[in-house]
Amino acid sequence: MKSIYLDYAATTPVDPQVVKKMQPYFSDYFGNPSEIHKWGLKASEGIKNARTQISKALNCNPSEITFTSCATESINLAHKGLIEAVRNQDKKIIPHIITTQIEHKAVLETCKHLEKLNWAKVTYLPVDEFGLISINDLGKAITKDTVLVSIMFVNNEVGSIQPIAEIGKLLKTKYPKIFFHADATQALPYFDCDVNKLNIDLLSFTGHKIYAPKGIGALFIKSGTPIIRQQDGGSQENNLRAGTESVPLIVGLGQATELIIKNRAKESSRLKTLQKNLISKLTEIPGIKLTGHPEKRAPHIASFIVKDVEGESMMLLLSDLGIAVSTGSACNSQVLSSSHVLDAMGIAAEDSHGSLRLSLGKDTTKEDIEYTIKSIKKVVTTLRKMSPDLTGIEF
Amino acid sequence: MDLTYTKEVLKHLKSPKNMGKIKNPDGEGMVGNRVCGDIMKMYLKIIKNEKGEEIISDIKFQTLGCGAAIATSSVLTTLAKGKTIKEALKISKDDIIQALGGLPAIKVHCSILADEALKKAVENYCSTLKQH
Repeated sequence: MKSIYLDYAATTPVDPQVVKKMQPYFSDYFGNPSEIHKWGLKASEGIKNARTQISKALNCNPSEITFTSCATESINLAHKGLIEAVRNQDKKIIPHIITTQIEHKAVLETCKHLEKLNWAKVTYLPVDEFGLISINDLGKAITKDTVLVSIMFVNNEVGSIQPIAEIGKLLKTKYPKIFFHADATQALPYFDCDVNKLNIDLLSFTGHKIYAPKGIGALFIKSGTPIIRQQDGGSQENNLRAGTESVPLIVGLGQATELIIKNRAKESSRLKTLQKNLISKLTEIPGIKLTGHPEKRAPHIASFIVKDVEGESMMLLLSDLGIAVSTGSACNSQVLSSSHVLDAMGIAAEDSHGSLRLSLGKDTTKEDIEYTIKSIKKVVTTLRKMSPDLTGIEF
Repeated sequence: MDLTYTKEVLKHLKSPKNMGKIKNPDGEGMVGNRVCGDIMKMYLKIIKNEKGEEIISDIKFQTLGCGAAIATSSVLTTLAKGKTIKEALKISKDDIIQALGGLPAIKVHCSILADEALKKAVENYCSTLKQH
């Protein structure tokens, strides 16, 4: 039985080199990094080293990296922490945030929370049919109260790349007082995330999408950015995130970051070739359409709408053939609502039921892709045969 | 929330029973809508036994929908086949869930359309009878 994992955008396996680096920090170097005895020092050395590894990847100062438990936490801290700090400076204004309709729920729900508290007003920028925002729309949305622009680098469902460099440049040159947050969760392994070059003030990412374990994330906070911590307690992480540090996971995140940066160029071009083949062969099948931008897309995400097939049954039958994929179909969600990303791109609910996402990673081979193409053809044919003839029927 | 399907559901999805169309059916019924995602069609062949009761001699389904929608259609056909119309109409959503060894709670209300499709097919059969 084949075993082909094509759901790397959901999560990745931990790299054996990462596991090896973490290993001694469980039972040998187990000290509390807040203590200054030998045990504590050994642990804080591990954290310091990881912070340096990450700062090199982002081209920032190690002191600008805060470890969290995941990207969701980083995003919560960035948004809530900044808004709280800004409000403390002037209680009379309601700060304004600009984000997009296709952000991850971590951003959307955090923004909604701030709106509910009346701590912020939020503009959710629309996207075009490819899932891209327009710089023009962004420029028009800026008001005198705008304090934060928060835009994801690469969309997790359709892989579209937002014009992060252009946004950073616009804000830096014309609106230097506005802070810029980028969710780089899907981008870090494939794109240069140099925060200086991109003019980013806040950047969130997580370990489990880059071959580190689940339960660890980081937030880059450019020095001088006002942030009030959201988890109170001890003075860990430069007073920005209380709680004893998870030393092994931090060490793992540092090592994973170093590895993905080292392999970035090579891996990006290798996956791009595989992705191209996958997209061209699958879109040859009648009724299969690519979602997201044909060129401005991350090399690891191939996403489609399959007409007259429901995504969950497609996923289950592919799983039976040994292939892991993902779907944005409402039938496969906890709340039975269709994907907000596909909705924002103007894809009708009846079509988004047939959404299919394949995300590639470091163990994906050419043979895997060939077998997957064959299997998708088979499964789509089976399911379409099962479906009643709907031509000419109005619902 | 647990979205895991039972082995029985997966078995029906992988090898559905009585899937397809019946040529010149005695009754057919379609339910569901595309926005919700699930659409189901049932076809019936009816014969009368020596007691004069109407028996479902053949039943087939076609479904566009999620795993639960396909499995519930498939299992319903196995439950209804060979039964009298009267008995078949008594098959409830609970009977369907039981035959599948359970269904994720979230799927219970939206994905079991099979019993309704069967009712519609029977109604269609009865109304065609009247016309003759």
